[in-house]
Amino acid sequence: MDFATFLIQCLNALQYGLLLFLVASGLTLIFGIMGVINLAHGSFYMIGAYMAYALAPAVGSTFGGAFFSVLAVGLVLSVVFGYVLEWVFYSYLYEREHLQQVLMTYGLILVFEELRSLLVGDDVHGVAVPPLLAGSFALSDVQQYPVYRLFISGVCLALALGMYFVFTRTRLGMMIRAGSTNREMVQSLGIDIKFLYRVVFAAGVAIAVLAGMVASPVSSVYPGMGNSVLIICFVVVVIGGIGSIRGALAAALLIGIVDTFGKVLLPQAAGVLVYVLMALILLWKPDGLFKAG
Amino acid sequence: MKEDRSKVLFVALVFVALALYPLLAGKYGIDLVTKIMILAIFALSLELLVGGTGLVCFGQAAFFGIGAYTAVKLSPEADAASVFWLLPASVLLAALYALAVGALSLRTKGVYFIMVTLAFAQMAYYVVHDTPLGGGTDGIYLNVKPSVFAAVDLDKPLVFYAFTLAWLAIVFVFLAVLLRSRFGRALAGIRVNEQRMRATGFSTYPYKLAAFTLSGAIAGLGGFLFAVKDGFVNPELLSWHESGAVLIMIILGGIGHLRGALIGAFAFALLQEFFKSEAIFGAFAKHWHLGLGLTIIVSVALLPRGLVGVPGQLRDRLMGRASRRAEAPVELEP
Repeated sequence: MDFATFLIQCLNALQYGLLLFLVASGLTLIFGIMGVINLAHGSFYMIGAYMAYALAPAVGSTFGGAFFSVLAVGLVLSVVFGYVLEWVFYSYLYEREHLQQVLMTYGLILVFEELRSLLVGDDVHGVAVPPLLAGSFALSDVQQYPVYRLFISGVCLALALGMYFVFTRTRLGMMIRAGSTNREMVQSLGIDIKFLYRVVFAAGVAIAVLAGMVASPVSSVYPGMGNSVLIICFVVVVIGGIGSIRGALAAALLIGIVDTFGKVLLPQAAGVLVYVLMALILLWKPDGLFKAG
Repeated sequence: MKEDRSKVLFVALVFVALALYPLLAGKYGIDLVTKIMILAIFALSLELLVGGTGLVCFGQAAFFGIGAYTAVKLSPEADAASVFWLLPASVLLAALYALAVGALSLRTKGVYFIMVTLAFAQMAYYVVHDTPLGGGTDGIYLNVKPSVFAAVDLDKPLVFYAFTLAWLAIVFVFLAVLLRSRFGRALAGIRVNEQRMRATGFSTYPYKLAAFTLSGAIAGLGGFLFAVKDGFVNPELLSWHESGAVLIMIILGGIGHLRGALIGAFAFALLQEFFKSEAIFGAFAKHWHLGLGLTIIVSVALLPRGLVGVPGQLRDRLMGRASRRAEAPVELEP
């Protein structure tokens, strides 16, 4: 492997890892703060990708600037969607056992997949890379790297920094952290915890939807894409330590590297490498790399 | 005590109904119920872990699949193997894998345990899927079904129905007795409060490992029956979708009761059949996931104790004793 190839694989690993982090961060937030095991989280990613595909014609003709206006519209829709979803389906799950949550969110996966099939169909679709980012730059005489993949990494990094800022530096972040430690105490201090949870949930949904939309030009749009992402995101969350955003970032990057280089160096074992990694890490540290504090 | 007797009566009635069912069912019905009974054995194996011991395993399909693959791989090309060694071999191999997985993954707890068991199941999946050992995506066929005695031909659907029913009854009674034994009580203690169990002098790890291995063995039995029934195995038997489905079955039925696994397996499979039926839904039957998903969501909203809890909920409603509702099931009864 020459240097340019190595560099390309590194960039790919980074991009994949950061994308995983986006989806996994919502999952770990919802679990760490609200205590809900949300199997339907992968569906939000799928919904995002399909939105990028299905909204493009309508939104593009109304607002112009196709891809970016679709991103904006999709983001607004997903926040509303997440807010309503929490209200209707999740708000009564907090008191229930984890396994009841698993059952409920499993039902939601089935419903989302079928609604997708009814509304958009079962075909595999491609989403065009926006012309602004369609170029690529040369790494060596023959090898090039697409600008769009760098854009994905950039968006993910910006969001990760944004989340870090909100959590550690703002009043809202403080209330969310407090709410995850002791729900009743926060409530008795006069903070509307129900509203707070709804906001966190909507934010988690929006981030997953955004990840799906941003990834769609690279990964294409296909049925069942949510499920494969869901399992790998659970791996990320568990390796990182449940509820830890920092852990999710580290674990997502680790998995990005192992998966990308595994496919290059050990193609026959690529699928299983990630699980071997998880098993080894959990046997070494049974609570994940960063225990949520 | 009265309630206890009604539970035993319920289970006995179910088995009598299953025994009489072939008298009035057609070929399709017998095939379907045979499949469901195998699923019920699979669900019972997981119920021992989840309801009996408080360990949520998300890799149960691996043991099922290993049992199924062993049955096919060890059968001679053109000859019938004897059930008397093929079945023990399948069960033993599944149990051995469970022993290895359990020995490692029982170091972790809670959601971490769920994910480690998933990881080991995925490893088994990839071994079957990607190595020459498993025959790849297409799976392998079992050419000749194993023989029992000359008079018992497992190739006949009715005979195989009876064979499966017998195993379901054996597994159910075995687990019911086991959970009432000292061993089962220790498992229940671990589920409720493991720390206290350790404080009273129980070394909990061997108990959990024994339960895990036993559960793997029973799942392996289910896998063996499945392979013999269809004469075909493929890697999807080991996929996490299967592990998820069996977990959904026991949650739907109601965790903490052996009959919950039985009811859950039947409810889940029959709901699938119902929503898939083109006679009822016509062209919409293609979208059967929608109906199944909505039913599951409604059942979570209305039945917090699972299907098993329905009579209790009705009683509460009739007698207006809302206080009983909060009561969590602590005892594990058949």
